[in-house]
Amino acid sequence: MHIPDGFLDTKTVIATSALSVAGVAVALRHFKAEDQPRKIPLLGLTAAFVFASQMLNFPVAGGTSGHLIGAVLTAILLGPSAAVIVITSVLVVQCFLFADGGVSALGANVFNMALVAPLVGYAIYAAMHKVYSGIRGTIVAASFASWCSAVIASVCCTGELALSGTVPWSTAFVAMTGVHALIGIGEGLITALVLAALHATRPELLRAEDESGRPGDAKTFVLYGLLVVIGLLLFVVPFASPLPDGLERVAKDLGFDYTAAKHPALPAPFGAYRFPGIAGGAASAVVSGIVGVVAVFALSVGLSFVLFPRGGKTVQQKP
Amino acid sequence: MHRLSAGAKMSGALLLIGAIITVPLRFGWFFLLAFGGLITAARVSRVPARFLVRRLLFLEPFVAGVAVLSLLREGGWIVFAGIVVRSTLSLATILLLTNTTSFSTMLEVLRKLRISPTFITILALMYRYLFVLVDEMERMQRARMSRSFTKGDRRLWRLLSTTIGELFVRSSERAERIYAAMCARGWQ
Repeated sequence: MHIPDGFLDTKTVIATSALSVAGVAVALRHFKAEDQPRKIPLLGLTAAFVFASQMLNFPVAGGTSGHLIGAVLTAILLGPSAAVIVITSVLVVQCFLFADGGVSALGANVFNMALVAPLVGYAIYAAMHKVYSGIRGTIVAASFASWCSAVIASVCCTGELALSGTVPWSTAFVAMTGVHALIGIGEGLITALVLAALHATRPELLRAEDESGRPGDAKTFVLYGLLVVIGLLLFVVPFASPLPDGLERVAKDLGFDYTAAKHPALPAPFGAYRFPGIAGGAASAVVSGIVGVVAVFALSVGLSFVLFPRGGKTVQQKP
Repeated sequence: MHRLSAGAKMSGALLLIGAIITVPLRFGWFFLLAFGGLITAARVSRVPARFLVRRLLFLEPFVAGVAVLSLLREGGWIVFAGIVVRSTLSLATILLLTNTTSFSTMLEVLRKLRISPTFITILALMYRYLFVLVDEMERMQRARMSRSFTKGDRRLWRLLSTTIGELFVRSSERAERIYAAMCARGWQ
């Protein structure tokens, strides 16, 4: 999902860079206000750990292989702000040391993988864990949230590419999101299994974060939400909106409607879908999306029962 | 080239990449000029050409994979060519920069730019322990392989995640030790 240089045009580069600089600044401020300096080495080491575990590939259907992003795993273990900083460091080092992901696309990559993935993933995790507590709840919430984080990050990536006029939204959406819906299953499985392994060997690592890992600072939480929503409005909503003139409307509102003139192929998919396709096309997309989400949720619940058949009471029993 | 100030090299590389992605494609001479400039810079800095080409070829499939999608639209050939030219030139720029500048001098430049010192410390620590942890992971894999006979697919996921979990435990323990050592040497 690392976007190389040359795929994004200037306005997308500026928008994504501004959003990610703001997001990382919020994370650093929150980290400094909340945490002790003793956590600085932990963050550096966790960044190195995420990098090392991204080198372990797991098989995805069809002979391809994927690797862990680790955004939700880090957010669960260290808290969301720490996860933003950790994944950003990983991306910076990958970009400048290993030429993995472009320099001009660093903002976009940070936004997708270091802001949207851990923040949205953690929000889903925290909300689900509130309803379903215990270790089984952790497993269900973690695997489901990891899958969502991979898919949402890939949707943002598609939106940025489409906004740049590089690839048409409809084909890129099918390719990127389809692949990442599969990779996301691996991501969810690994995240859940790692948490289960930590629960078996070092349960205190998980419990410590249950108490302090929450986004305690309401202001930080609001700022994160604002940044993610702005990003989704810019990159995803113009294309995903079922309104026929959604793209033109938003483009005009934001003052870059000249792109529509410059890239006449960009709104074209909507032209094709508008008449015969919109009801069938949009509805079937929504239905298949819902079926996919429900299936992944069922898989997560199943996984938690396989891993912990005796119920979710083990956390409370341990002293 | 190796001895030039890191700040000059970094800002030069950033400016060049900025130009590469913003200059419209009809100014073909600009891209030729950038290409020539990069080759000269590689020659002057004596980065082996074979090494650069090998790295480029290694990274190119990622570019091509996404770029192929642009062929599916009308007039996609121009977009496709533009992407390939731009990303290849930018990749070459970054490869040249990283092979003539050490990471710690780049961090020094960031420090002068008043980027948050916390973030720079985290980056420096990450860079320092990156290869340590990768080695540690390889040792763990080797130890596991020498003790187990089968490489069954069924247990692959379990093994992968226990390895990752154990790696996290070890890195957080190492972080504790590092913090103690940093405090003992009068850090902050």
